[in-house]
Amino acid sequence: MRARRRTSAALTALSLATVLLTACGTGGLGAGGTSAGEHSITVLMVNNPQMLELQELTAEHFTEKTGIEVNFVVKVEQDMRDTASTEFANQSGIYDVATLSNFEIPYYAEAGWISDMESIADDPEFDQDDILPPMTEALSANGKVYGQPFYGESSFLMYRKDLFEKHGIEMPANPTWEQVAGFAAKIDKAEKDMRGICLRGLAGWGDNLASITSVVNTMGGTWFDEDWNAQVDKGGFKKAANFYVDLVRKHGEAGAATFSFPQCLNAMQQGKVAMWYDATSGAGPMEAEESPVKGKVGYVAAPHEQTENAGWLYTWAWAIQKSSQHQEDAKKFVTWASSKEYEELVMADTEHDTGGPTNVPAGKRASTYENPDYLEVAGSFATPTMNAIKNAQADNPGLQKRPYNGIQFVGVPSFTDFGTECAKQLSSAISGSKTTDAALERCQSFAQEYGDVQKEKQ
Amino acid sequence: MASVTADLPAAAKPAASRPPEAYKKWGRESWKRRAPLLPALVFLIVVTQLPFVATLVMSFMSWSAQPDAPEKSFAGLDNFKTVFTTAAYRGAVLTTIEMTVVVVGVSALLALGIAMLLNHAFIGRGVVRTMMIAPFLIVPIAAAVFWGNGILMTGFGLVDGVLGQLGVPGAQDIAFLTDHPKLAIEIELIWQWTPFMMLILLAGLQSQDPEVLEAASIDGCNGWQTFVHMTLPHVRRYLELSVVLGTIFIVQNFDSVLGMTGGLNSTNIPYAVYETFYSAKDYGVASALGVVVVVGSLIIATFALRVVSSLLEEEN
Repeated sequence: MRARRRTSAALTALSLATVLLTACGTGGLGAGGTSAGEHSITVLMVNNPQMLELQELTAEHFTEKTGIEVNFVVKVEQDMRDTASTEFANQSGIYDVATLSNFEIPYYAEAGWISDMESIADDPEFDQDDILPPMTEALSANGKVYGQPFYGESSFLMYRKDLFEKHGIEMPANPTWEQVAGFAAKIDKAEKDMRGICLRGLAGWGDNLASITSVVNTMGGTWFDEDWNAQVDKGGFKKAANFYVDLVRKHGEAGAATFSFPQCLNAMQQGKVAMWYDATSGAGPMEAEESPVKGKVGYVAAPHEQTENAGWLYTWAWAIQKSSQHQEDAKKFVTWASSKEYEELVMADTEHDTGGPTNVPAGKRASTYENPDYLEVAGSFATPTMNAIKNAQADNPGLQKRPYNGIQFVGVPSFTDFGTECAKQLSSAISGSKTTDAALERCQSFAQEYGDVQKEKQ
Repeated sequence: MASVTADLPAAAKPAASRPPEAYKKWGRESWKRRAPLLPALVFLIVVTQLPFVATLVMSFMSWSAQPDAPEKSFAGLDNFKTVFTTAAYRGAVLTTIEMTVVVVGVSALLALGIAMLLNHAFIGRGVVRTMMIAPFLIVPIAAAVFWGNGILMTGFGLVDGVLGQLGVPGAQDIAFLTDHPKLAIEIELIWQWTPFMMLILLAGLQSQDPEVLEAASIDGCNGWQTFVHMTLPHVRRYLELSVVLGTIFIVQNFDSVLGMTGGLNSTNIPYAVYETFYSAKDYGVASALGVVVVVGSLIIATFALRVVSSLLEEEN
């Protein structure tokens, strides 16, 4: 009797435990669910201010005119990416439109997961020729356009003009990394609680690895040589990674391993750092009405070493899922969201915090930079931004030929995997819990594992 | 439950001299009674066990959703080999063990102390008890984000701010989250789980017979002796229960790793599962990891059930 009770208890335990354990919810999909309306689309997007502004303006300016209801599902970047890749790989059709980047769109197109946007490109109203050529190129595959940029960015160096003047430092228009490291040492702790430079340290292939990889290119390094041999613990890569980690540890923000774009933006605005190397989209918030450093920041090209230009190229762009049941409605939405008119709307929007000229989703159209109203407000960073984007060398960012595309990333799907693992290693190096060389050794093995798979395919 | 056996018909009691027909008759009788329950049982099995079976199957497959990954195939024990030989996963297993042991140990001690204090009557006890339980009622991810961004964030958090106000040099540069990520998470978890354990222990203390304590004091025991010889043996079972339940919950802790450090030098198994499944899209290895967690937790859960049943037996 007792024994039998124990067995049944054990069985109950087993089933109870499996219930508890297999129900490891990572939160639901969070999809708002498509409403039953004939004309409605669901848009998955990242929670950046420009997207939140779009959410504010859609009902009044898009739905009223077209009758198309738009449901937005907004997530933080990494989460949004993971959801999108799962969703598009399975072609489940929950989301009609998603914000993807020039990292995903080319291979999503190859995989047949997204619809081409030729019909939008042919629309004279939309004016595809106005889109900056590096953007169109980065969002095309097999000669067709597969994505339309919402806003684009490169990277550059932002610095406190007023403090540089005060401490007698001259910032050249095209600084080298060596010079920047010198400035950082000089200005570090020159003001109370202020460090020399803010650099991303948060682990992520799109976070610290993006910044580091853009330094790697200009210091003569690469992820892979032409035959898919990983070059991560060698030459230029090793030099660049060590340089980056040492700089951020010596003169960078404290606790750098948790710092990404928003934290650095905050640190720069609060006067906790004197320089910041990051995306050009950081400039808008610097010059916004309520910014404490408005008018005090200067903008120069991304620091370089052995290449002319070292800026990256990135865009948040719209992509339409192939299996979407609302292709036409989705295209109408994309046409509107990436249009000149939409930029005008944001510029004139004084109602929302996310509106106004400094929040225009810029960096994608040449006409934005010819608009006098925009230049009046964004004058200090408009030209450096446009130059950075135009000069970005997406097809040849380094000193050597590579078997992949991308400046600050390796344009292959598995980069989200080995890139993330490597980003964690370098984040550990930035936090000081291991040496940079030890981190690179691990990175090399992750990268080579992928390289070997590619070699076999050739 | 022991009391159930008492309600069974006499036929259910095993008797060596019972003729075989009676057995058959009893079998039919009992199936009549069980039949209406079958749909519910089948439903329960389908809903609770099938997902696990699917996970088990996937754990033996080489299956990645990356478009440039090899085709799906049978992998044998490869995924499990990966789990136990890859440094990152081994690290995740060790981190999980370390976190669990530290958090459960410290929480149990703290909880016992606080429960002992709250076991005495004093003015405002109800208010204090409610305040003590509050951390447990906060949504885990919200607590993690608050600890990460509000309290421990370098340069902006409460800790650095208060120390800065007090004029501590270098207060702006205290980078607790990145220098000691595991410790930071452990502190947050202790804060969150101590109340839970305290509740269980307090229930145990409240059920102690006051006459026992009275007798002890008449016999001339001092406070410490009473605690060691009377209270502790009585609370031991409750302590075991809270330790085992706490262990099950903390092994599965995911929110604080996600919300506080994003896995920096503090990736535990659940976070590794999430990353492997969700970011790396390696369904095979993620499933294998999941299976390892289930097996580990089952072992702990078995202990839990022993403890619970011993408590029940004592009640009876």
